[in-house]
Amino acid sequence: MAYLIFAMTYQQAMMNLPTREQSGVLIVSVSGRIDHLASEEFTRSIEPFLLRCKQGNPPVLLDFSAVEYISSAGLRVLMMASRRAKASKGVFAIAALQPLVQEVFAISRFNLIMPCYVSVDAACKVLGT
Amino acid sequence: MKQVVFWGTRGSMPVALTSRDVREKILAALTAANGKTFKTPAALNEFVDTLPFSVNGTFGGHSSCVEIVRDSPEHFICDMGSGARPLGQAKIARYGIPNPQTYHIFISHLHWDHLMGFPYFAPMYFAGNRIIVHGCHAELEEAIRMQMRNPSFPVDYAQAGARIEFDIMEPDEVHYISGINVTPKLQLHTDDSYGYRFESVDRTLVYSTDSEHRLEDLESHEAFVKFFARADLVIFDAMYSLAEAASVKADWGHSSNMVGIELCHAAGARRIALFHHEPVHDDKQLGRLLVETRRLEQITRGSQAPLEVLSAYDGLTIEL
Repeated sequence: MAYLIFAMTYQQAMMNLPTREQSGVLIVSVSGRIDHLASEEFTRSIEPFLLRCKQGNPPVLLDFSAVEYISSAGLRVLMMASRRAKASKGVFAIAALQPLVQEVFAISRFNLIMPCYVSVDAACKVLGT
Repeated sequence: MKQVVFWGTRGSMPVALTSRDVREKILAALTAANGKTFKTPAALNEFVDTLPFSVNGTFGGHSSCVEIVRDSPEHFICDMGSGARPLGQAKIARYGIPNPQTYHIFISHLHWDHLMGFPYFAPMYFAGNRIIVHGCHAELEEAIRMQMRNPSFPVDYAQAGARIEFDIMEPDEVHYISGINVTPKLQLHTDDSYGYRFESVDRTLVYSTDSEHRLEDLESHEAFVKFFARADLVIFDAMYSLAEAASVKADWGHSSNMVGIELCHAAGARRIALFHHEPVHDDKQLGRLLVETRRLEQITRGSQAPLEVLSAYDGLTIEL
């Protein structure tokens, strides 16, 4: 039963968050508004990728090009994800922030504590093989 | 409730402008003047008004003290930081002696920066004045007495001429005090702090300082949205950036501009005053923080009515 629930969650997450691979980097596409209400779902959605974000596994890069807005609760999810990846010696980063989202990162100073790249290509050049 | 007057807006400890700070302001003003001449004092004043606040003013350095001005002979004050000294002097200057007054003082918590002005609050030394200290901490009276005890202070609390009373309030209950409904709310801070919601017939003011908001705590988020609901003004602890408050300064008991904007938007509040400024920040940094916060308000507003964003400074008077 536990396996089934996990599998369903994973499947939903995969449906919500399409993935692709580029230069050995696992790219996860995130979209929409990550506000207070959506932050819990966002947490669940990135969980499968965080489980794999360990030393020896491909870096996980969140492609934020389709994210329109992120609230403080959403930013916290990213911070916790980054901490977990660091603790597992994995690589976790974000790329391609829309201008408005980039402003939110700058004003909240999350740009200083989260690895952010201008584009997916720029991130892959640094993080990829 | 008519107005709010900020007598102290700095967090943690008072700060003062240095000689170097003043010099930088003069240099910036002269550079902006760029050789202009001013024929009258009015023209000069007009030019000064065009300069940024970080040049023609200062956020000030007194620790927390806020006055609520009402159509009532009884005065309302939130916290007794070092701003209570100029407030007390202003009251003596305004009402003279003897002219007994009643002061209702609402204490957020017992940390020193919120009490240190009490021994310098001149009305406490004059017989006939009545001071009622309201708060939710059982140790309220002892905390105030303790800082006026040898060897910490030369004048013992017993020498106060005013009649001083203590009112220990119950959080989450509405207390009717001198025509105002006052509701205290427990906040997350070391040894607890309490915010206050003041409601008159036509105005609502929330004083919420020294309050940490855990981003993962949705229940608390909803409780604060209710506490701030439709307030005309929310005075909000915006000491740190969100990143600081959520990471290196987590559990330090303070909040950020971003959480303040989100809560006020969700609550349908009309205005927010950023408060309890980080002592390390100079006028330029606080000025930038205000600009950024106004921009953040625009970004996060969506289809809601605009939320007016202010940054409190010592001496600021706001019409409610």
